Amino acid sequence: MENVELIVTDFILDHLLSLILWTPALAAALLFLLPGRERILKAFAIGASLVPLVLSVILWAAYDGAAAGFQFEERLTWYAAIGSDYHLAADGLSIPLVLLTTLITPLALVVAANVREPRPGPAVAGRGKARIFLALFLLLETGMLGVFLSMDLLLFFIFWEVGLVPMFFLIQQWGGEKRDYAALKFLLYTMGASLGFLLAIQVIRLAAGSFDLPSLYASWPALAEGTLFGLPLSTVKALAFWGLTIAFAVKVPLWPFHTWLPDAHTEAPTAGSMILAGVLLKLGGYGFIRLVLPLFPDEIGQFAPALAVLAVAAIVLGALAAWSQNDFKRLVAYSSVNHMGFVILGVAAAALAGAETAAGSFALRGAVLQMFTHGLSAAGMFLLVGALYDRTHTRDLEELGGLFPRAPVYGGILIFTAMASLGLPGLGGFVSEVMVILGSWRVFPLLTGIAMIGLFFTGAYILKAIGKVLHGALPKRWKDASLEIGLRERLAMAPLMILLLAIGVWPVWILKMIGTAMR
Amino acid sequence: MLATIAFLIPLPPLAAFAVILLFTRRHRALSTAVAVGMLALSVCGALIVAAGALRTADLAGNPIAESIPWIPGAADGSGAIRIGVWVDGLTVLTLCFVAVTLFAIFIYSIGYHNFGAPEGRQDVPGLPPHGSTAGGDARRVPSVEPLYTRFFAFISLFAFGMLLLVLSDNLATLFIGWEVMGLCSYLLIGFWFARERARRAAVKAFLVTRIGDVLMLLGLALCWQFSRSLSLREILDPENLARMAAATSGVPGLSAAGLTALLLLAGTIGKSAQWPLHIWLPDAMEGPTPVSALIHAATMVSAGVYLLLRTAPLLSAAGAPATDAAAFVGAFTALLAAAIALAQTDIKRVLAYSTISQLGYMVAAAGIGAYTAAAFHLAMHAFFKGLLFLGAGSVIHGVDHGAMHEGRETDTQDMRVMGGLAGRMPVTFAAFLAGGLSLAGFPLLTAGFWSKDEILAAAWNTSTAVFIVLAAAALLTAFYTARQIALVFLGRPRSAAAAHAAEPSRWMLAPIAVLAVFAVTAGWAGIPDNFPILGGVIPNGIERLLHPAAQPLSSAAVANLMETRQPICCILAAPEKTPFSYAALMVSFLVSLGGLLLGWLVYRRYQAEQKDPLERLLGPAFGFLQAGCRFDDLYRILFAVPARWIADVVVSDWIDRRILDGALHAAGRAAGGVGRLLRNGIDLPLINGAADRIAGGTRRAGAELRSLQSGRVQEYLLIGLLVFTACGAALVWRMLN
Repeated sequence: MENVELIVTDFILDHLLSLILWTPALAAALLFLLPGRERILKAFAIGASLVPLVLSVILWAAYDGAAAGFQFEERLTWYAAIGSDYHLAADGLSIPLVLLTTLITPLALVVAANVREPRPGPAVAGRGKARIFLALFLLLETGMLGVFLSMDLLLFFIFWEVGLVPMFFLIQQWGGEKRDYAALKFLLYTMGASLGFLLAIQVIRLAAGSFDLPSLYASWPALAEGTLFGLPLSTVKALAFWGLTIAFAVKVPLWPFHTWLPDAHTEAPTAGSMILAGVLLKLGGYGFIRLVLPLFPDEIGQFAPALAVLAVAAIVLGALAAWSQNDFKRLVAYSSVNHMGFVILGVAAAALAGAETAAGSFALRGAVLQMFTHGLSAAGMFLLVGALYDRTHTRDLEELGGLFPRAPVYGGILIFTAMASLGLPGLGGFVSEVMVILGSWRVFPLLTGIAMIGLFFTGAYILKAIGKVLHGALPKRWKDASLEIGLRERLAMAPLMILLLAIGVWPVWILKMIGTAMR
Repeated sequence: MLATIAFLIPLPPLAAFAVILLFTRRHRALSTAVAVGMLALSVCGALIVAAGALRTADLAGNPIAESIPWIPGAADGSGAIRIGVWVDGLTVLTLCFVAVTLFAIFIYSIGYHNFGAPEGRQDVPGLPPHGSTAGGDARRVPSVEPLYTRFFAFISLFAFGMLLLVLSDNLATLFIGWEVMGLCSYLLIGFWFARERARRAAVKAFLVTRIGDVLMLLGLALCWQFSRSLSLREILDPENLARMAAATSGVPGLSAAGLTALLLLAGTIGKSAQWPLHIWLPDAMEGPTPVSALIHAATMVSAGVYLLLRTAPLLSAAGAPATDAAAFVGAFTALLAAAIALAQTDIKRVLAYSTISQLGYMVAAAGIGAYTAAAFHLAMHAFFKGLLFLGAGSVIHGVDHGAMHEGRETDTQDMRVMGGLAGRMPVTFAAFLAGGLSLAGFPLLTAGFWSKDEILAAAWNTSTAVFIVLAAAALLTAFYTARQIALVFLGRPRSAAAAHAAEPSRWMLAPIAVLAVFAVTAGWAGIPDNFPILGGVIPNGIERLLHPAAQPLSSAAVANLMETRQPICCILAAPEKTPFSYAALMVSFLVSLGGLLLGWLVYRRYQAEQKDPLERLLGPAFGFLQAGCRFDDLYRILFAVPARWIADVVVSDWIDRRILDGALHAAGRAAGGVGRLLRNGIDLPLINGAADRIAGGTRRAGAELRSLQSGRVQEYLLIGLLVFTACGAALVWRMLN
């Protein structure tokens, strides 16, 4: 018996990353074998998505912080002809993001209530829709996890693109009124940006002779001599740098590449918005830290000030744009532009200061933590917006108001989550933002000062949302409406809130994990 | 042991907050017991720590301190942020007055929210209770606040924030406490959130203070840059201060220390409602009166001054630009707010402006280096202003009772419809009188006299301009205090409601009585030793507590300390003992007694519907003062309207919709053309391959757009996978060749 247990444990630990990565995809395939009752399908999908969550927690616990570096490596020859391997590994940067992904996916599935009625109209084939929704969702999870776990550039790219397709359909099939426009904009924008990405990994492959990330970390930055297609290597490197940078900048999104985001987030179904804001945007920030920073230290050092200017533009203009929205969901969508600006500001500061200095280390760890905390608070905010919309069928802030007495628990949760998003000290967002600010102040004092304008207007739009939803006189039409948040939504909010509080009060545990990747 | 207790002091109210919201929110008695019980635990802890600290021989040299790591540093450990507690003289003093006022106001709130009264049938959450007709009585009787338990949850969270701030040995947790209190202030100003005015006031308070907060955050960044830490001990280390004083800041004419001090001062200006960010505090009176007493008079607003005093060595090291700014802002605010208070008719707004004015005294005192005097006044002000607000709440309650009795709607906060309450509410009157005299600085007897006199004496010795302004403000203070007491309590009742006002319950009277004792006697602990006759009769405890090293920490002193390398352990630095001056004392007597007498003479015979005597004297200027010098309108035109315009028109409409999306749509329309152009124009085979994908993507998108209504997801999935596979295959094929 003990032997069997040992063998099973060993197998799980040896293939932990593959198990995390492929369980959702496998579950997506199995969904098509199940009977068509929606309840069964949903229960199965949620159950299946809990497996990677549990495994991610094991991953976190089993990761050896003292040894740091990449662990749980798996390598299989995959496409020998072009030198691309199935190579997975995890470190202190990817593990928190893997946990974020595997956490938010089940939570989003839990609240995905209305999957049965995707879009009205005669052409709807009601049966089978839920199945596809859930399958797309699980495929999406595999795509995102693949990006976080890939140690091979081609693999990285493929997973990057795989994530795109399900999200397109989630928006386009289950979205709001302008879903077609939003979905197409999302797809074309991201796809267009991926072109540079594709170009970049190809020239890297051709110049350095490898797709393998760990070996590229060692060889690529030092590579200085040589030509490719008659172009000097410096030009090639610049080309690759910009290709990657723009691809990730669109994803983050960095100002001025952000206009797809408010449309996509607003039109996506609640669960889709949660994943979009909670995880998908982090792919961009992750790309910057995983690929651009280590592979192009000279180039990013040179362009860091420009990047910082755009980041501050995202912070300030994103906050101003959010403040001017009267659509609750659009307001929350714009808040992502505002918050993700801090990620890029931190990356830029770390690039200039050097990640090993105190300032650089704070900025970079702050950026990673910001991705995590924003993932939690943004997913929570979209959940809450969706919960309200399900009951009122409006997102217009002018029509809402005074709902606090009708929904006290909802109100409390909304205030908590909105305050986390605002960066209230004591909750997660504060720690990450203050770390970025402390770090970047050293490098970009003026820009950091200007970013404070954005931080001020963060307060303005958050309070606008709370005030217009909860406070004021109760309009007649909601006098007898039942608006209180349901048990399912409360269950989904609980882990987000607990984590936000845990990070805000005691950030050591997660910063230690992130810190192992920064040595 | 003491350090551990100090660590634990802030936690019970936090637990109370969580317990009430999560478990006991439906049980009023239980929630009250939890809130008060937990606070009692904290107060006991605070008293134990204070007693222990007072027994410590050299508290400045050996403060009670302990810290734990909070944010790990870089790989080499630099920059780590530790959090912990720090108990020295200033902490002890602040802890004591915070504990007393917190406890008094918790008890008072029980009565204020009509604990034990029936529920009103028409009461709704988010509005003050209307009263109840339960019990068969035709007349209305007070009804319990609908959100009674929530109130106690919020003030418990507030207590946590304040205690955390006071005990912090670092700017990180100090800032956490700072902002948690800001949140509580927001939630409690908006406690009756169904009122439009309350909603606006809450947002205004949060946002205006946030201007100071974000600047303060930059100050934290500067501190961290130089000391690689947020611990006060390391920031205020003379070596570090000397480094900061010597470093340039990037702003011409300002050292790094100067810039840091100014940024932290901005935080103070926001939190302590100093000009030009003072506009939120008068509106904050929309909150329930215990909130006004606790948060907007006694504790939270004093956090700004506390920060200034806590970082006093930095201010000293920063030198002229920063200290002058503090002195100017403080003195100007003191005078401005006192002048505005003259013309207010709302009983609470007078006190609000008075708070702004008194806080101005403390900021000015810090600016001229009179830190001990500022701390002394901070504590005394908490007692007498807390008392005045509680008295005002009691008056409002009493008039409200009268209005209910008469069955008419009356503005229960308008002093013009009061009058003659001294006879109806003798206990409240006596207490209010004690508080008012203390505020006016009634000589020798009251706490306010001793603390204010110390500030005036310090100003007399350092800056004539500050002295003149503060003395003028003191005259106005005494005048508006006399006006308020005369309008509310003296003469004959000017409305039916006032005529039937009644003393409130004991829950409310007991805390008022306790604070009244403090408002008079607490000042006796700070009588200067060199004061004629009275000096030395009671030992000057305040001085001993706050003045341990008695060395001014000027830039020169910092350099001096640098040479000797003495670790400076007193966080509070103070100038040389203020020499006694009869002239300053005479002025102090004169403005206080003169103002009181004048106010009493002018307003003692005020009649209903009569024009305010000051209005006859000042003419249109009176209206200007009444409207708070129109700062609200000014800021609306200068900041709020342009910000709205930039957000709505420039950013959302022009930049995002027209320019960025416009360009995108134009590109979209030309997509096919662009695809061809890319293919033909750029001859790199790799880019060629990529361009094919764009064209493919566009084509596919077009096809999808056409068939969007079909809704056959399986088909899309298939197409998507096919295209994707094709692209992948094309890519692989390219690379193989």
